[in-house]
Amino acid sequence: MKGPIPEIPAPIWRNFKDLQEWELLHKTRPVDDKHSVLFESVTEGIHSFPGGFVVTTAADAFLNWARKSSVWPVTFGLACCAIEMMATFCSRFDVERLGMVPWASPRHSDLMIVSGTVTIKMAPMLLRIYEQMPDPKWAVSMGSCANSGGPFRHGYHVVKGVDRVIPVDVYVPGCPPPPESLLNGLLLLQEQIKHFKRTGQRAAPNEKVD
Amino acid sequence: MSPDDARSAIGARFSGAEVGTGTPLMVTVAPGHWAELAGFAKETLGCCFFSFLTAVDWKEQGLEVVAKVDNLDDGLAVMMKTRLGPGVSTCASLTPIYRGANWMERECWDMFGIRFDGHPDLRRILLEDTWEGHPLLKSYAVDTPHPPYR
Repeated sequence: MKGPIPEIPAPIWRNFKDLQEWELLHKTRPVDDKHSVLFESVTEGIHSFPGGFVVTTAADAFLNWARKSSVWPVTFGLACCAIEMMATFCSRFDVERLGMVPWASPRHSDLMIVSGTVTIKMAPMLLRIYEQMPDPKWAVSMGSCANSGGPFRHGYHVVKGVDRVIPVDVYVPGCPPPPESLLNGLLLLQEQIKHFKRTGQRAAPNEKVD
Repeated sequence: MSPDDARSAIGARFSGAEVGTGTPLMVTVAPGHWAELAGFAKETLGCCFFSFLTAVDWKEQGLEVVAKVDNLDDGLAVMMKTRLGPGVSTCASLTPIYRGANWMERECWDMFGIRFDGHPDLRRILLEDTWEGHPLLKSYAVDTPHPPYR
């Protein structure tokens, strides 16, 4: 059970020296799924009622079908993997038939595809964009760099895997992964979303391959 | 001014300078003559285009600052070098002479920790202000922990 979400202070930029200082304010915010306690108690009540589980599981199945059929990835390209991601979004591979629309605002998105090298300087911004997305939200780590640092693992400036910054649901290996790989990762993600609330917790991420 | 004229002019003006024979024209001077050489290259040799400035870490022999300036009209390129010596990390700034040196010297400070005396605004340019150490020095460990991300 997570604690209450702290109130976000009004953004007064002149009080802050830089973005890092601004980020320190948000360090206490949970990155897990936020949910309503009232809604949860109501659904638990229905679930414990005799025969009520039919309603809740059917509602869960319906809601998860809706969630998995309209995963909107936020447009977030970091490096060369973004080229393959764009190819996946375009007409030849066409993820729109899976209900995915690349969206230019994190506030309307459900999925973040971390496509590329995450540097230490970029990590606070990445976390910030992730925090702007509404729950429930998912993250796909695309390519060797985002999985583990990749060829830049021994560089001085690279985060050794984006899972040190945000929770990751699907790892897509490759350098860069071709659109087919990413498409497979997105299908894996849809499988995970299908079992989202019904099991009471998130499915474990797929096995990490570097 | 042709490269041969430039070579003889530099040799006449800076007695202690090592002047190379190839292209671009390599000039190595003592750190004390660094800004003077840059001023000479700009005013007398007509090298008005500042190409780049960087540094080399020669471990025990200390740091070496390298800069290249060009005279685009005459096709003359001058590569200026100076050895700071072991343990020394201060150098004269070229920013009063070439404005293009400003960010190059900030990057050099960022990566090698060379303090340029006379630079108007010597801050880190690529890494964040809270970064510890200068990563392109040979003594910098690549796996230096950097909380909270590594």
